[in-house]
Amino acid sequence: MSPQVAGQLELLGQVLISGILLGGLYSLIGLGMSLIMGVMKIINLAHGELMMVAMYITFWAFTLAKIDPYVSLLIVFPLMFLLGVSVQKFLLTPVMEADTVLPQNQVLLTVGLGLVLSNLALLFFTANYRSVPVSYASKTIYWDLKLGGQTISLSFSYPFLVAFCIAGVLGASLFIFLAKTDTGRMIRATAQDKRAAALMGINTKRITYITFGLGAALVGAAGALLDPVYYLYPQIGGPFTSKAFVITILGGLGDIPGAVLGGLVLGLAESLGSVYISLGYKDAFGFIIFVLVLIFMPRGLLGRGRA
Amino acid sequence: MSRKNLIGLLPIAAVLLIPLLTQNPYLLHMFILSLLWIVLGQSWNLLGGYTGQISYGHAAFFGVGAYTTGIMVKSGQSPSTAWWGLLFGGLMAALVAAFIGWVCFRLRGSYFSLSVLALSEVLRLVAVNWNRLTNGAEGILFIPAFTQKTYYYYIVFALAAVNLGVIRWVMRSKPGYYFLAIREDQDCAESLGIDTTKYKLLSLLISAFFTGAAGAFYMNYMGFIDPGIVFSIADISIMMILVTMLGGAATKWGPAVGAILFILVSEIFRVWVGSGHLLFFGVLIIAIIIYFPNGIVGTLVDRRTRKRRLRGAEAVA
Amino acid sequence: MTALLELKDVTKRFGGLQAVGHMTFSLDKGEILGLIGPNGAGKTTIFNLINGFYPPTSGTILFKGKRIDGLKPHTVCRLGLARTFQVVKPLARLSVLDNVMVSAFSRTNHREEARTTALEATTFTEMDAWRDVPAGSLPLGMRKRLEMARALATKPEILLLDENFAGLNPTEVEKTNAIVKKIHATGITILIIEHNMRVIMAISHRLICINYGEKIAEGTPQEVATNPQVVEAYLGAAHA
Repeated sequence: MSPQVAGQLELLGQVLISGILLGGLYSLIGLGMSLIMGVMKIINLAHGELMMVAMYITFWAFTLAKIDPYVSLLIVFPLMFLLGVSVQKFLLTPVMEADTVLPQNQVLLTVGLGLVLSNLALLFFTANYRSVPVSYASKTIYWDLKLGGQTISLSFSYPFLVAFCIAGVLGASLFIFLAKTDTGRMIRATAQDKRAAALMGINTKRITYITFGLGAALVGAAGALLDPVYYLYPQIGGPFTSKAFVITILGGLGDIPGAVLGGLVLGLAESLGSVYISLGYKDAFGFIIFVLVLIFMPRGLLGRGRA
Repeated sequence: MSRKNLIGLLPIAAVLLIPLLTQNPYLLHMFILSLLWIVLGQSWNLLGGYTGQISYGHAAFFGVGAYTTGIMVKSGQSPSTAWWGLLFGGLMAALVAAFIGWVCFRLRGSYFSLSVLALSEVLRLVAVNWNRLTNGAEGILFIPAFTQKTYYYYIVFALAAVNLGVIRWVMRSKPGYYFLAIREDQDCAESLGIDTTKYKLLSLLISAFFTGAAGAFYMNYMGFIDPGIVFSIADISIMMILVTMLGGAATKWGPAVGAILFILVSEIFRVWVGSGHLLFFGVLIIAIIIYFPNGIVGTLVDRRTRKRRLRGAEAVA
Repeated sequence: MTALLELKDVTKRFGGLQAVGHMTFSLDKGEILGLIGPNGAGKTTIFNLINGFYPPTSGTILFKGKRIDGLKPHTVCRLGLARTFQVVKPLARLSVLDNVMVSAFSRTNHREEARTTALEATTFTEMDAWRDVPAGSLPLGMRKRLEMARALATKPEILLLDENFAGLNPTEVEKTNAIVKKIHATGITILIIEHNMRVIMAISHRLICINYGEKIAEGTPQEVATNPQVVEAYLGAAHA
């Protein structure tokens, strides 16, 4: 193998690795969105803003109390759960029954919520870019591969690797929770048929509270995990809301395993696209795949979502 | 009937006379912005309020209209030809709308709503990155054709009047009935002989055309476009929804009332409070949905029809 | 007699589940054909197949000798096949008259013509007094009648009636019965699904009984009603 080929392989390998690591975090964001989509049948357009809130919690926990971002997950997860429950209980549920001309008034409400959250952050925390200066922010782990007489050296960003592993654990826990616990089964039943679930004696209102809480907690966890590697500013939510629904569509609306796949695909697409096509269009690749999926496979990559 | 029409024309005549009464550029500026937002609100209302297809990304069409005009000027035309942008900007926006409608309207549910949002983001990225065509993040700057605001006032007034006239005419004819039927129940509409895909597309095309024309006017008036503003979700897409909801979706005068209030509140915030108007609008959106789901005009109309309905029920009984 | 509508070996599966199997029957011009069968037998699915909501998994559907399976519902409607819904679908925020005008527009582009047709259809179904009421606030009996008025305004050759008698009180049943007969008298061919046996026995020229998506009996109302398979389907094996 010539050194050129090895160099190309090294680049490709590196791109794939960073794509998958990023995709793990995207999956976590998408899981929360897909869960909410599955049970409430609405797209949460404040999803990215909820993540932004979690990022600020993590930031302040680190700045004021020197709590490591990974440790602060223990605070962020329950806090975001509570925030999610309150949003569902006090804002979304009350408008569900209202008779309005405009459909999707719950979705419109999440739009308003997103505006409120991002502008509150702007008011309290200013528009400044902030970061969490952890010691391991740029720590890297190398892995040398011998291939055809050439050495290919691949690097793994430590915070991304940790984030990927934690995301994996959280994702797996969610699946176990949904499959094995009573509450999990009730969530799945409500997602499948809300009316039938209610007839079976499930308190579907309570289930929607828990679901939105979980969705917020999951995307909050993703926010905490992103803190060591991303800049943080009040408007960061918008692009992530877009990413979240791209992931959800890729996976198929309401398809929870699909969301994991959607997240990985989006991560890979961004990573491959920004290296091999153009960095400026990095955020556009997800949308292009999104449109292609809409045209050719509207029920998502796994073909199981609601068309 | 004719007397009712005459009374309806009175406010229009009054609005027409405003520039004769005041030449104050600040006041005229406010009126011009209000009229611009009336066009935007009415256009969104046609698709969202009457046809029930919620768009979270109408900035896509606004931006395409503005950029079509900007690129026409940039490619060496004189500023006065930029007025053709009102036509071509609208047509380009309708073309983009035809694509997204063709992709999404075959599917039900929120696919369309979200895809337009995605589309407006993609277009913003294209505008920022395609330097040769769009001047990238710097935007496009040119010297506006007129220095007198009165001209702009009458042009945007004409745009708003045509917009209102077209929508009124459409809503009184077959497509209008079909739009309402689609909003109420798509399955039922289909089984009553309505090609729902075709009519959703028609509603979108009209809506996108006028939104694009409004974008073209904006470019002409401001003499400057910034991709971050004309393709902005918060400043354009969401505010179009707010304007419609505030006044009352699916009402004749709702978007107009909403637009005027919107400009008024924006100004109050800009002059008296400084920043924070987006926060206020966010709270306003939530409050309207919870307490005033049918907007100002919608609530008034509801009250009146409820009275009439009571009388009707007595007659039936 | 000539067959206006023909189903030939029509099957519909949802996933692995067969909702309608090998359905073959024809509807002759000018007749009233009744479709009966226990709940979940696949009657409404047959309407959804004819009307174009679902394409059949296999088999063909012919209207006046031309295939209509796979066509969209709006096209089928324009060809002259109108239907009502068992679960009524009023356009809730529109008035009764506007509801009927919407369907009248399938035959004209002019508002005045549509209005005239709608006025006729509401008079025909005896809904004059309700014209200005929003369809969403109609009582159930009137909603069922609105379904018929709307279907009539599309000027169909065939009318598919899906349980228009269900949930009505005896007076309303009589009224609807009279309206259906009046519709038939104008020359419209009718395919009707109904659970009220007394009504359907009296009104239909022929009956088809369906169970588990398959045809189990066909003939005059008397023949079908005394068919042991039909009795078994309705009452269970013990009574056969």
